[in-house]
Amino acid sequence: MFFLRNAWIIPAIPVASFWVILLFGKRLPKKGSEVGVAALAIAFALSCLTFGAWIARDAKPAAEVVAATAPATAAGPGHVEGGEGAGGAHELPSETHHAEELRPAVDRNLFTWFEMGGTKVEFGTHIDGLAVTLLFVVTLISLLVHIFSTAYMKGDRRYTHFFASLSLFTSGMLILVTARTTLQMILGWEIMGLCSFMLIGHWWEEKPNSDAALKAFFTTRTGDVGLLVGVSILFFGAGRTFDAATINAAALSGRMPHWVLLMGATALFVAVIGKSAQFPLHTWLPDAMAGPTPVSALIHAATMVVAGVYLVARMYGVFWKAFSITAPGHAGFNPVAIVGGLTILIAAALAFVQNDIKKVLAYSTVSQLGYMVMGLGVGAWMGAVFHIFTHAFFKASLFLGAGSVSHGGSHHSFDMKKDMGGLKKHMPITFWTFAVSSVALAGIPILAGFWSKDEILLGAGKNGYTVFLVVGLMGAMMTAAYMTRCVYLTFFGEARGNAAHHHPHESPPAITGPLVVLAFLSVVAGLLNAPGITLFGKWNLNEVLVTAGVPEHTFNYGYAAVSTLIAATGIVIGGLWYFRNLGPHGITQRVKPLHAGYVFLDNKYYLDVLYTDGVVGSIKGPIARGAYWVNQNVLDGVVNGVGIAARRVAQFVYDVIDQQVVDGAVNGAGFTAESGGSLLRVFQTGRVQNYAAIMFGVAALSALGLAVLVTK
Amino acid sequence: MHLNAFLLLAAFLFCTGVYGALARKNAVLVLMSIELILNAVNVNLVAFGAFQRSIVGHIFALFVVAIAAAEVGVGLAIVLLIYRNRHSIDLTEVDLMKG
Amino acid sequence: MLTAAASTDLNTVEYVVFGVIAASMAIAAIRVVTAKNIVHAALYLVVVLAGVAALYVMLAAEFIAVVQVLVYIGAIVVLLLFGTMLTRAPIGTTSDLDNEQRGVSLVVSLFLLGVLGWTLTKAFGWSHMPETPVQRTADVGNSIFQSFVIPFEVVSILLLAALVGAVVIARRD
Repeated sequence: MFFLRNAWIIPAIPVASFWVILLFGKRLPKKGSEVGVAALAIAFALSCLTFGAWIARDAKPAAEVVAATAPATAAGPGHVEGGEGAGGAHELPSETHHAEELRPAVDRNLFTWFEMGGTKVEFGTHIDGLAVTLLFVVTLISLLVHIFSTAYMKGDRRYTHFFASLSLFTSGMLILVTARTTLQMILGWEIMGLCSFMLIGHWWEEKPNSDAALKAFFTTRTGDVGLLVGVSILFFGAGRTFDAATINAAALSGRMPHWVLLMGATALFVAVIGKSAQFPLHTWLPDAMAGPTPVSALIHAATMVVAGVYLVARMYGVFWKAFSITAPGHAGFNPVAIVGGLTILIAAALAFVQNDIKKVLAYSTVSQLGYMVMGLGVGAWMGAVFHIFTHAFFKASLFLGAGSVSHGGSHHSFDMKKDMGGLKKHMPITFWTFAVSSVALAGIPILAGFWSKDEILLGAGKNGYTVFLVVGLMGAMMTAAYMTRCVYLTFFGEARGNAAHHHPHESPPAITGPLVVLAFLSVVAGLLNAPGITLFGKWNLNEVLVTAGVPEHTFNYGYAAVSTLIAATGIVIGGLWYFRNLGPHGITQRVKPLHAGYVFLDNKYYLDVLYTDGVVGSIKGPIARGAYWVNQNVLDGVVNGVGIAARRVAQFVYDVIDQQVVDGAVNGAGFTAESGGSLLRVFQTGRVQNYAAIMFGVAALSALGLAVLVTK
Repeated sequence: MHLNAFLLLAAFLFCTGVYGALARKNAVLVLMSIELILNAVNVNLVAFGAFQRSIVGHIFALFVVAIAAAEVGVGLAIVLLIYRNRHSIDLTEVDLMKG
Repeated sequence: MLTAAASTDLNTVEYVVFGVIAASMAIAAIRVVTAKNIVHAALYLVVVLAGVAALYVMLAAEFIAVVQVLVYIGAIVVLLLFGTMLTRAPIGTTSDLDNEQRGVSLVVSLFLLGVLGWTLTKAFGWSHMPETPVQRTADVGNSIFQSFVIPFEVVSILLLAALVGAVVIARRD
């Protein structure tokens, strides 16, 4: 209980480490890296203890826990009716059998952050299964990344600052994870945004790197507007409260109008699209590869992009109600699932045409994040959270593996086609860990990725989202195939470029150690929720899921067989294509439509062009051109038309009326205009103070007139 | 205390400011005169707020202070730009917009 | 008015204090717009601004009085003096600070003063200020963050825009 109540210490440690490294790092014998590693080691140990305390926590019957928290959550101002009645009206699909037991969340207020307009905003922690899981994952991955970085970043000119930023980055995610209020979430969210900017642009002397940092910052910032708007809407909608649990309860109780929830959830989802790199704002994530490789691993596996998914999982009551996820008559489509599904396919297709190993992995992350978002969208909450958990291990392993390859094998190049190949015999540890993680990612049974992906697909299938089941299966096949391509190009075949000329060698233990740990976890982590064990599901069950009635499905051998078969097919196709050189190679060069498709993919669907030229350009160019066109065609036409008409009338008048009279009048008019103009010209001096004098004089006169009129 | 004591004083300040804004040549002096005008308005707002026993006048005055700060910032930036281009901030010389 | 006391003695004292403040403000304001030395004009402006702060205290608006001193005297006057230095304005006495439309300006402003004065006397005459309790700063804060939170945010965006705008305008490319 001590650890659960004092979980705030875990985010506090990296914050302290950030300051220590920043202030004293350069004077320390190892330039501050030892502080970072030690801090994260302590944080990881505390996370493990917290995890243990959570598991040891007494589970109570679910109904009892929900009933016990209902009055507490109903204490918000202006709320009288209980939270249960309307929630129960939600019709549950078949097969809802939650574990009968639930560990109640541990809430604690640390201090009053500030008071604003009579609303007290507390700073506190909310520890439940989700928070504990994420604490474990984040501190573990961050610790390994710190260790990896001590070797990988050796000799870097901003070594100390790099470690300071890493610590702060980690603390941002930990603050988000332990947050009790939505405002704390914003705090953590923004810390991560700042740190991702600093870390992606770590080597900012080169223009592409600083461009990539700016792009990441601005793209996620576009989404962050949604976060602010969504938090504000939910603050007022739920009765002036930032407390996440209260907001969820209010949403599920049915006392918030549906349109308020819909607006709030949509705004939050915009933030998720930005942060978790969902289509169409995914373009920043592959560019973020400009940062050092450990940063990529941290961003992709444990922090930053996971934050968006975490936000949906944390505020699931809101999303559940707003998008009517499994309500009868609504199931089948909703924005969350659609965005997730689109992202899976779009990113997986892009992964095929990348030559940079890190970009393959980046698109793979985008695609896997699509799985998580889709899982949340189709009502497979547990599957999505489980996928966060397992994905963290194998994706961190893959990224660190790529870093190891560039460190020892390809002489700092990431180009698979130019500088890699045949590295298997030189870097056995890297190869085996990379291969194991790839298979885990592809979703082959026993390994981690299989279990979590299968849960998401099962949820999609059973909750009536058949289309998304198909999308998920297609994505699984593509994943398996592009990972096969990636492994082949990196480790098999002829050694090319740097791999051939620079004596590839295995990386030092500080690099291979984390790889082995992560690869081991990629193998076993999935077993936590295997049939017959399902510990993960029991640990992570929370009040929101029970109140909402989120369905849970037991492991289904049919689904598992199909998804395994499909993943295996993907591997076989990739294997035949690359290892056996079968299939129509070079077809994209020969067949025109396919070549067009390749170019289309190679240019990433022209989304970047759309954003820079389309969005930004449309504000500059076309409006100016449009104005010019209106000027040339419309205005000139009108002027010409008026002129022609005037000439005809004049001809008519000339013929009919006596010229002498007209002449006299015309001359008189001309004289009047000229003298009037020269008179007015006196006032138009171009001096602003003359104009001001006239303005004040006339204003005073008008005021006088008005006052006289009113007093009459 | 009479309400008009404050209002008339404010009116006097306002008119002094108007005179300064119209008759001064140096751009910085014009900015100072504009500050006089803004302060006169603020005195009015607070006086009316007290007269009506309402806090809204105070709030408005605070907003005016904030906007005055922004105005001086941008105004001085423009003055600096004019100085850099023309080596003078004599407003009588800035008369390109004439017919 | 400062307190609940309504005795005539206190009223007289109040009028004397007001008269002193008003007279010094009026003289200083005239000197601001007629001074032959820019630095002197700025210093007279300080007197006017301090007088305005004193008026706020008399009107029981303490918070705004403090803000007046901090923002105007503390920041804006300093900014104006910086502007004077950066533009190398003639620091010493010079007769070249007014343009040739002084007469027109005087007529316009006196006319404006006449209109305002006439209107104000007609509209409010001899109406008295009510007994106002001192405005608590907490009330100001509550009011800003409850009823005026959106204007407040808009002002913050305006300040940001002014900041960026000032940098963009004034920087050397």
